[in-house]
Amino acid sequence: MTKFKRVLIYGYGNPGRQDDGLGAAFIQKMEEWISKNPCTGINLDCNYQLNIEDAEVISGMDLVVFVDASQEVIEDFSFTRVDASSARVEFSMHAVSPAFVVDLCKKMFHDAPVTYLLHIKGSQWDFKEELSKTAVENLEKAFTFLTNKILKGELLALESN
Amino acid sequence: MSQKITIEPVTRVEGHGKVTIHMDDKGQITQSRLHIVEFRGFERFVQGRPYWEAPVLVQRLCGICPVSHHLAAAKALDVIVGAGTGDGLTPTGEKMRRLMHYGQFFQSHALHFFHLSSPDFLFGVDGDPAIRNIIGVALTYPDLAVQGVMMRKFGQEIIRATAGKKIHGTGAIPGGINKNLSIEERDEFLKGADPLNADKMIEWAQGALDFFKNYYAANKDFVDNFAQFPSNHMSLVRSDGALDLYHGRLRAVDAEGKKILHDIDYQEYTNYIEEEVRSWSYMKFPYLKEYGKENGWYRVGPLARLNTVDFIPTPLAQREFEIYKALTNGKPNNHCLHTHYARLIETLHAAEMIRELLNDPDLLGNDLVIKGTKQKEGVGLIEAPRGTLFHHYRINDDDQIEMANLIVSTTHNNEPMNRSVNFVAKSVMTGKDIITEGMMNSVEVAIRAYDPCLSCATHALGKMPLEITLVDKDNNIIDRKKSH
Repeated sequence: MTKFKRVLIYGYGNPGRQDDGLGAAFIQKMEEWISKNPCTGINLDCNYQLNIEDAEVISGMDLVVFVDASQEVIEDFSFTRVDASSARVEFSMHAVSPAFVVDLCKKMFHDAPVTYLLHIKGSQWDFKEELSKTAVENLEKAFTFLTNKILKGELLALESN
Repeated sequence: MSQKITIEPVTRVEGHGKVTIHMDDKGQITQSRLHIVEFRGFERFVQGRPYWEAPVLVQRLCGICPVSHHLAAAKALDVIVGAGTGDGLTPTGEKMRRLMHYGQFFQSHALHFFHLSSPDFLFGVDGDPAIRNIIGVALTYPDLAVQGVMMRKFGQEIIRATAGKKIHGTGAIPGGINKNLSIEERDEFLKGADPLNADKMIEWAQGALDFFKNYYAANKDFVDNFAQFPSNHMSLVRSDGALDLYHGRLRAVDAEGKKILHDIDYQEYTNYIEEEVRSWSYMKFPYLKEYGKENGWYRVGPLARLNTVDFIPTPLAQREFEIYKALTNGKPNNHCLHTHYARLIETLHAAEMIRELLNDPDLLGNDLVIKGTKQKEGVGLIEAPRGTLFHHYRINDDDQIEMANLIVSTTHNNEPMNRSVNFVAKSVMTGKDIITEGMMNSVEVAIRAYDPCLSCATHALGKMPLEITLVDKDNNIIDRKKSH
């Protein structure tokens, strides 16, 4: 059994809006993957959107990977470090951004975990509970990428093997 | 030359809206409007789906208040499966739903106060926008910020224990509930380590209320006179007139407190409420039919609820209610910013209700669902944090939904929000050469008091299209842009 430090993989988005459900779909695949690849220390969470209490949720972690659907111009998926200093003081929604969550965590708990954003390219956003074909393909690629990184211990030091 | 000032997006409001303020060449505000793009796709989305899926499907409407939609849909379907109208469930079924609902209320109100409103009070409406936000609160008032986050978390944990997962909660089903509360879950909420227990939440809710009362004492003129105008008020009330956020009859009072909707059975709401369409907004304007479009509009939400009910059935909140009502000599309170005061009294009430329910052994029962003679149509009403929420469904012979109509709190508050915007724009912008950020924020403060959820109102969770239209004095379109 592989033992990790405290890792949180946190998908968010609305599964009722087609590819906006990529974050939730990713967490579902991770649950299945972990059931076949037993390991400790990896926590999974999922929600419609991020909010202020997530600052407390991530405060106890060593590593956090947020997983979200992307409308940006990227290939298949992107994997980038979340920079708290880039958090914009923008409250256009009740929901907040990953950078905002990390920044708030730092301000409130005086520390924050290493945080990444796995952005998976989506293309269709209608009221429908089904990922588009390209979203499914991108999901597979992103999933393979992250699970390989986890297995190789590239994201964080392993406590033991 | 006349000017048009556009504020977009409305910050700290769910979804995006657009405010347009028209100013003539003499600096007078001639018209102010809050534009919201309503997308009616959701009702079509649920058509053809098996009725029992609705309580799960409707949670996709809104990431802010999925529990309210979940419960309103379940209540409508209680009627369809012949389980009565809200008070016909088993004790375990009804009380588990109530616990879920009060958990939702508690966390939603906490979010609004600590995240969205407190920065205006702590730093001033015209304070430095760089710190007038929750990050500024965390830096300057760290204890307050932590309280807000932990109150949210407590409410979310109540929801998780009663509804299941955060996404696709399945707790409420037609005719009841699909799980009870375990002894371990109950004890964790009642006796868990500080701060995550019911006693601490009541203490903090009282503290937040005291904070606002102190602010009010020091800023009475501002709070009393900001966007203050008379209106009707509507909400559910319990059969004995008590505040009941989960179930009751529909009551409305006018600005002087006279009952204008007499505790009606909400199954018949279409006899009393109509929705008006106006050319400049996609969001409808509901009103009481008997009083017409001009006089029948009303407010919903915390301010309205404390104006319609006779008392609050928990001791600490009732004590605060009496102090609050004395401010207006028992008459309806029509002060926009008192909505925050009312919201914090409700937060205290929700915390008290959570503790009361947790001590009720019925939550541990196993009799979860009842069914009766199936009906074709049902209406479910609930007091969502932002106000009265209507779900109305009709099914066909194949048990598929063939009609759905939803009226959400923000839609009910469409007219009062527009009046508030107009009131404040005239107050702070008339005759000014320069529109400051503080003036703009004042307009937004008026909107935020209603805690509108535009995503919910427009039924467009995820991302809402934003359309900007420029028109001349003859309403000819000069330009139109749309973003996604």
